[in-house]
Amino acid sequence: MSATDDGKKMTRREVLKITGALALGGTAAPAAVSPAAATPAEMQAAVASVVGDVKVTQGRVKLDIPPLVENGNTVPCTVTVESPMTAADHVRAIHVFAERNPQPYVISATLGPRTGRASISVRMRLRDSQTVLAIAQMSDGSFWSDRINVIVTTGACLEDVL
Amino acid sequence: MARALINAPARARRGSVIEIKTLISHIMETGFRYTQTGQAVPRDIVTDFTATYNGEEVFRARLYPAIAANPFISFHTLATESGTIELKWTGDNGFSATEQVRITVE
Amino acid sequence: MLRTAQLIVAVSLAVALAASEEIPLSERHSSYQDMSAETRAMQDHDAENPGMLWVLDGEALWQTKAGKAAIACAGCHGDAETSMKGVAARYPAYDARRGTAIDLAGRINVCRTDHQQSPELARESRDLLALTALVARQSHGLPIDSDEARLRPFIDAGRAIFTARQGQLDLACAHCHDANRGKKLAGITLSQGHPTGYPLYRLEWQTLGSLQRRLRNCLIGMRAEPYAYGAPEYIALEAYLMWRARGMPLESPAVRP
Repeated sequence: MSATDDGKKMTRREVLKITGALALGGTAAPAAVSPAAATPAEMQAAVASVVGDVKVTQGRVKLDIPPLVENGNTVPCTVTVESPMTAADHVRAIHVFAERNPQPYVISATLGPRTGRASISVRMRLRDSQTVLAIAQMSDGSFWSDRINVIVTTGACLEDVL
Repeated sequence: MARALINAPARARRGSVIEIKTLISHIMETGFRYTQTGQAVPRDIVTDFTATYNGEEVFRARLYPAIAANPFISFHTLATESGTIELKWTGDNGFSATEQVRITVE
Repeated sequence: MLRTAQLIVAVSLAVALAASEEIPLSERHSSYQDMSAETRAMQDHDAENPGMLWVLDGEALWQTKAGKAAIACAGCHGDAETSMKGVAARYPAYDARRGTAIDLAGRINVCRTDHQQSPELARESRDLLALTALVARQSHGLPIDSDEARLRPFIDAGRAIFTARQGQLDLACAHCHDANRGKKLAGITLSQGHPTGYPLYRLEWQTLGSLQRRLRNCLIGMRAEPYAYGAPEYIALEAYLMWRARGMPLESPAVRP
């Protein structure tokens, strides 16, 4: 990054390196914005369809996606929720949303005490770098969430489609 | 004919939590794509996945076009008793596939 | 004929460049090493590797009678696990009867037409990929064993194509995969171009594909005119690339971004 510090012209490579570094820094830090604030209208509507007007609290949910995704067409994603998963206290549902996909819904899973552990993994599609949001509904009716900014890198030589 | 890969333990201790990993052949056509001549490609996805354990539902998921082709779904369940875990995928255009795995719980 | 003439011209133009820039044997590595832990895990665990869905399809096809001869692959070759062990590591191979090099998918089609008396399977069709994946799987972990002696003219022709500039960007394969290997192009690391995992599951494709599809993909990226599937240029490139990766272990069905 010395090229930027001393004011020399940056090469494309250096720009890419810096972008990468920012991306990693961005995902390592906790999201500063509140869950609903920065989301587009469609995403808000999707979230509202799940939570209604109940407040969503950040925490208890851990969303795992590689910080730098190698290809947006197949992105490994794991959601784990802290819960004893007993009849009295368990996760009822896990929802995943991607705000800049053509449609925000990714998966809605229904769980119960028989699920044993509230942890699911899927492979999802991300059209672009964006925020992914996971919301868990507990048996007491409360909602908890986690969100990640995901950087989707794109290959140089893309195949013609269809 | 849809091909599926299931990874589940054949034996488990009673009361332990086991992980079940599933993979099924499916193109998961989003419905958001167009051909070069501008024709919309109709949606063709798996919409629902259900896992039952000796007939009782233990996990269910609704899938959307944002799930990648050849859907991979991994979930957990409590090993309660010996028997059969049945996995069922259904989707657009009458898609339906069922797989069963036997588990011995001791 | 024209094609052959072009190949010969390309050979003469490119030999000098190739000799100076080929990757030293000790510096070679599979692109597996450049992948994220998540993508590696996808390849490593059979139950999570989507390429295994094609291997399963291949197992079923292996047992299915086909053609006028109403004979299955298993009818001649028995259990693929034993009869096909190490076979994919030797392809493309020299076919003495035809006097030319043939790749694994081409060999499967020869079996279809000559022995099963059934039409060829289309390149990149699910069935051909499935059978190729099944056969390639039996060489998993085995070193690539190029028949250098008999394939020499094809290896040379492949190297000529690999090192010749082509397309609107005026690039040769060697510009990315020899001279700039390991560097970044957009978000990806330029590979060394070792075809150790084919047919493989590409996350971008969301399906299994052959080395020829990958080469076609590169040609489109270079804005060059791709060859027709099965064209002698592709076979020559495959022969060269497999020779270039000689001794490296096969990984099929690999997973790549």
